[in-house]
Amino acid sequence: MAKIDVSIETDEQPVPPPKHPNTCPVCHSHYRDDELEQSLWVCAHCGHHFTMRARARIDSLVDPGSFVEESADLHSEDPLGFFDLRPYVERLAEAEMSTGLADAMVTGQAAIEGRGCELAVMDFSFMGGSMGSVVGEKFSRACDSAAEHGMPLVTVTGSGGARMQEGILALMQLPKTVCAVEDLRDAGQAMISVMAHPTTGGVLASFATLGDVLLAEPGALMSFAGPRVVESITREKLPDGFGRAEQNLRFGHVDAIVPRPELRTTLSRLLRLFDAPE
Amino acid sequence: MPPSEHELRLRERLGRLRNMPLLGGAKLSGELDRLQRQLDRIRQQPTDEDIWRSVQLARHEERPYTLDYVERILDDWFELHGDRGSADDGAMVCGLGKLDGRTVALVGQQKGRDIQERTSRRFGMPNPEGYRKAIRVMELANTHGFPVISLVDTPGAYPGVAAEQHGQGGAIASSQAAMARLTVPTVACVIGEGGSGGAIAIALADRVLMLEHAIYSVISPEGCALILWRDAGEAKKAAAAFKPDAAHCLELGVIDGIVPEPEGGAHTDPDAAARLLTEALRDALDDLVDVPGEELRRRRAKFRSLGVFA
Repeated sequence: MAKIDVSIETDEQPVPPPKHPNTCPVCHSHYRDDELEQSLWVCAHCGHHFTMRARARIDSLVDPGSFVEESADLHSEDPLGFFDLRPYVERLAEAEMSTGLADAMVTGQAAIEGRGCELAVMDFSFMGGSMGSVVGEKFSRACDSAAEHGMPLVTVTGSGGARMQEGILALMQLPKTVCAVEDLRDAGQAMISVMAHPTTGGVLASFATLGDVLLAEPGALMSFAGPRVVESITREKLPDGFGRAEQNLRFGHVDAIVPRPELRTTLSRLLRLFDAPE
Repeated sequence: MPPSEHELRLRERLGRLRNMPLLGGAKLSGELDRLQRQLDRIRQQPTDEDIWRSVQLARHEERPYTLDYVERILDDWFELHGDRGSADDGAMVCGLGKLDGRTVALVGQQKGRDIQERTSRRFGMPNPEGYRKAIRVMELANTHGFPVISLVDTPGAYPGVAAEQHGQGGAIASSQAAMARLTVPTVACVIGEGGSGGAIAIALADRVLMLEHAIYSVISPEGCALILWRDAGEAKKAAAAFKPDAAHCLELGVIDGIVPEPEGGAHTDPDAAARLLTEALRDALDDLVDVPGEELRRRRAKFRSLGVFA
């Protein structure tokens, strides 16, 4: 009987990890930090999209100086006193040190080409972008803020799923964020969801797929169960590009795949269509 | 030793008190302390052994499944098949029946008894088509004012290639969203395994209950052990760490009540287990049935309050 759970893959690595973070895992081109920054972390040779940090993402999308961060001081607690090979609090402290973030999501108000919106951007570098209580709460508050200010919500996700270390409370962030989206909808505001690599597990199965418009970055893995889980439980042979953005477009699960350099313009067009305030 | 009924009632009351939004006021916190001390005296936290026992009972192969309860709880059961799109998923059963003379809609995952049924029902792991069938039936119930009962019993949503191609993640999200929009009373009960996204898809309810030896978790003990300990054999350790048992779920405010099981577990006396479940469902529905539809949407506020942060 299959007993391995299907929804969580915080350490999913669909492409073999490169030797150096600045080396393209597809074509092995190597870049200096400033070159990657210049190209928005897209490989100039083959177009591979590297993982992008939350703050860099925000800088790449919003009008300079327009971003006003919210709920920046929210920190995770350790409700279960969780201890695997290491205590959860230690993992949290380490993630905070290495990313300079309090948790895996940054939220706030901003303007994109003059149109106001609320932003909720995930950071995969913080414990695999896993969703625990803080991510759920920040997202929930972002929905309220969008409703209050009469602005659409733009989300950018990069997450392995729910944060195991918070146990059942991590699972409860799925219904929590879903309820927040439904309240936003009732307030008449739009949500535009941008799914970056990877958007899997509990984030895919909650708010990320509930946007009015769903966008994906090229090559982004967007599957509920990770490829290794699917292979090991079902012994099915995985088709090429399994779970990737391109397959999701083919099967009708996203509206468009948007290369990173075009994302800002695309969002700006959508914000105009949804009549976001100037 | 299984927890006594007295203890279960105390835990339930404690859970409810903790959930009250205005808690922190002197009167209530005094009450809370008193209850907590009482509870501590009766019994310490469930031990790692207790938790593991629940994991084993929740997956016991003779444990009553959704349809075993349906035939004991509901009169005039009429099963509804198909998602009206492309398939009928045997891992999710949906239908209408009478509970105390009142028509209700029931949705729930269904495991199989023999090899053939286990395979055809995929061990209770629904495909997106199963969730879409549940959405269809819940919306039907909403149209006609029937309360919705959901019985949760799944290791998780099915992790297959076709399931992904047909939008498993989106289907689970949509099912939760559909439940968040319902204006009829909803009661969910985890009767066996409440496995992750596959479970919460049909558990966004006004009242969430768990059978005494059910488990409800973000990941299976084996899955957690494999990822965090790199060894599925450490499942017992993992279960002790993330605490999927009913008592802990109640204390964290994730569920509203625990439904007692017959001594030794539900499988020792399915009729008695069904009677206890019927009683709990009836109580929950009686509480909810006169609440106006728009107010029922306040279930969103309950779920939006879940989480621990500083």
